[in-house]
Amino acid sequence: MDYGTTYLVLAVIFGLFMAWGIGANDVANAMATSVGSKAITIKQAVIIAAIFEFAGAILAGGQVTSTIRKGIVDVSDLGATPEILVFGMLAALLAAGTWLLIASFKGWPVSTTHSIVGSIVGFAIVGIGMDAVYWGKLGKIVMSWVTSPVLAGVISYMLFRSIQKVILETEKPLENARKYVPYYVFLVGFVLALVTIMKGLKHVGLDLSVGESVVAALICGVLTTLLGKYLVSRVKFDPNADRDFHYANVEKIFGALMVLTACAMAFAHGSNDVANAIGPLAAINSIVMTGELSQKSPLPMWILFVGGVGIVLGLAMYGRKVIETVGSKITELTPSRGFCCTLSAASTVVLASGMGLPISTTHTMVGAVLGVGMARGISSLDMVVVRGIFMSWVITLPIGGVLAIAFFFILKTVFS
Amino acid sequence: MASKNYLSGLFGASPVAPLQSHMKIVDDCVTQLVNLFEHMAAGDIDAVAEDYQRIAVLEQQADEKKHTLREQLPTGLFMPIERQDLLDTLRIQDLLANRARDIAGIIVGRKLQFPESAAQRAIELVKATVETCHQALRVVNELDELVETGFRGHAVHVVEVMLTELDDLESATDRIQVSLRADLFAVEKELYAVDVIFMYQVIGSIAQIADDAERVGRRFQLMLAK
Repeated sequence: MDYGTTYLVLAVIFGLFMAWGIGANDVANAMATSVGSKAITIKQAVIIAAIFEFAGAILAGGQVTSTIRKGIVDVSDLGATPEILVFGMLAALLAAGTWLLIASFKGWPVSTTHSIVGSIVGFAIVGIGMDAVYWGKLGKIVMSWVTSPVLAGVISYMLFRSIQKVILETEKPLENARKYVPYYVFLVGFVLALVTIMKGLKHVGLDLSVGESVVAALICGVLTTLLGKYLVSRVKFDPNADRDFHYANVEKIFGALMVLTACAMAFAHGSNDVANAIGPLAAINSIVMTGELSQKSPLPMWILFVGGVGIVLGLAMYGRKVIETVGSKITELTPSRGFCCTLSAASTVVLASGMGLPISTTHTMVGAVLGVGMARGISSLDMVVVRGIFMSWVITLPIGGVLAIAFFFILKTVFS
Repeated sequence: MASKNYLSGLFGASPVAPLQSHMKIVDDCVTQLVNLFEHMAAGDIDAVAEDYQRIAVLEQQADEKKHTLREQLPTGLFMPIERQDLLDTLRIQDLLANRARDIAGIIVGRKLQFPESAAQRAIELVKATVETCHQALRVVNELDELVETGFRGHAVHVVEVMLTELDDLESATDRIQVSLRADLFAVEKELYAVDVIFMYQVIGSIAQIADDAERVGRRFQLMLAK
């Protein structure tokens, strides 16, 4: 293929840029509830995010990457012109990156997932044809954008209600919190481990049966619980703190365990959103390497690595500041609420990652926050902002598409 | 990149703390009436005037606080409490301070002095009324606990007990008020008639403060029920 190396280099640069943007901006939304509830410091958040975003991308990021790479566009009609797909994927990366950059400047709530999916679909329709889009699969993805916040909301509502029943409503909330909260983090360990083992470890070359996977996940869940117990045992209670606000020490317990849920959230985010940057890169790499369109070759590790590095760089260079700003603004969220939100959002996102569905982490988080709100758990939520966040994808899809089409034709002209 | 972030905009400012601090100011304001009535009984007109000043300043502060909180509550906020209940509570709280200032104003303006036979009872009435205000403040101060527990369970029970106590305190002020009116009635023929009219008015206003303190509690009951 002519220009093969050039395409690949461009793809790596654009992919890195996208991943950088995700690290700089998106990660803050994933970590905001943890930092905002003062459960972890900004420094801790950055370290946790760096490690677990990376781990999430590498261990559980394969499924969504494969969806972005070959689950949306049907390339069977392209035949002898695989370059079309290369231009398309490059254009999609550029379009999504550009749109995200503009949106970030303006403070618009735009999701990387919606941008990249819109861009890919846009290029496919114009560059190849209406039939080139797997509409059924796309329908499923779009459905998941509706169901994921709803699911996260339902989970967080139920989680919060159960925390109310077991801890907050009782006459001895502190004692009960100490006793029961560690069991809630079992869910974190179990869901994360299950999805990772069943879906992710294939890439690493480990293939377990379903039964073995469940057992391994259970063990991980138990280990997480034990870790939770240890963290709770280290909490120092302030007997004076409860004079004005009787739940100050209860909140401390949730705060201690929020370290774990924050790790889970970063992992979940890495497993789902890294794909937005490296899915197109993987597609281009496969074409350049084999010279043909069949996307059968497995996902090379180095590509996941590029995604992970990009995110960590973005986080280190810029994300730190964003996390700080967001965290300092979300002061109304107490650790118990943040705990519920993060736990349910992380579980939902990881489940979606396992199913290969690219969803918006931010939407999922907002859904989780609303769930707690429905249980009368949050003192005030701005529904105007909520509406804005949820409606943003409706505009993002066509804009991403149009931008991708423009970049597609520019690239095509430049390289031929 | 990212000059603004939308996720942080999701969380509106909580109305809980401002509502509580408003009630604290109101309670301070009403509490000043005790000094004022004691100084009045002692015939210390200068001190009464100073007390009036303090009450007026606190009433002003409460008023400003009320306006800030109202501005902070646009429609479109999703809260565990009905916006209307919150605004009503705020309005009633503010009424307490207004009435305290009106009472002080009448006493200063008319250089009012209760007859000796009624003066102690009047102080007693004011003290009992201030107690109802304290209790209402205690109830309002439980709002953060209620939000924390999501308006369920033990915290609700605690508040319900407080509300019963509030009702009892208010009934106590009613009884004192009746005796005070009787005390005044016994000597009213010997007093300047216009002053007497204002005395009855002051008594009525004080009773009204206790009533309103109880209404603050009732608003809370409505919030709990939802």
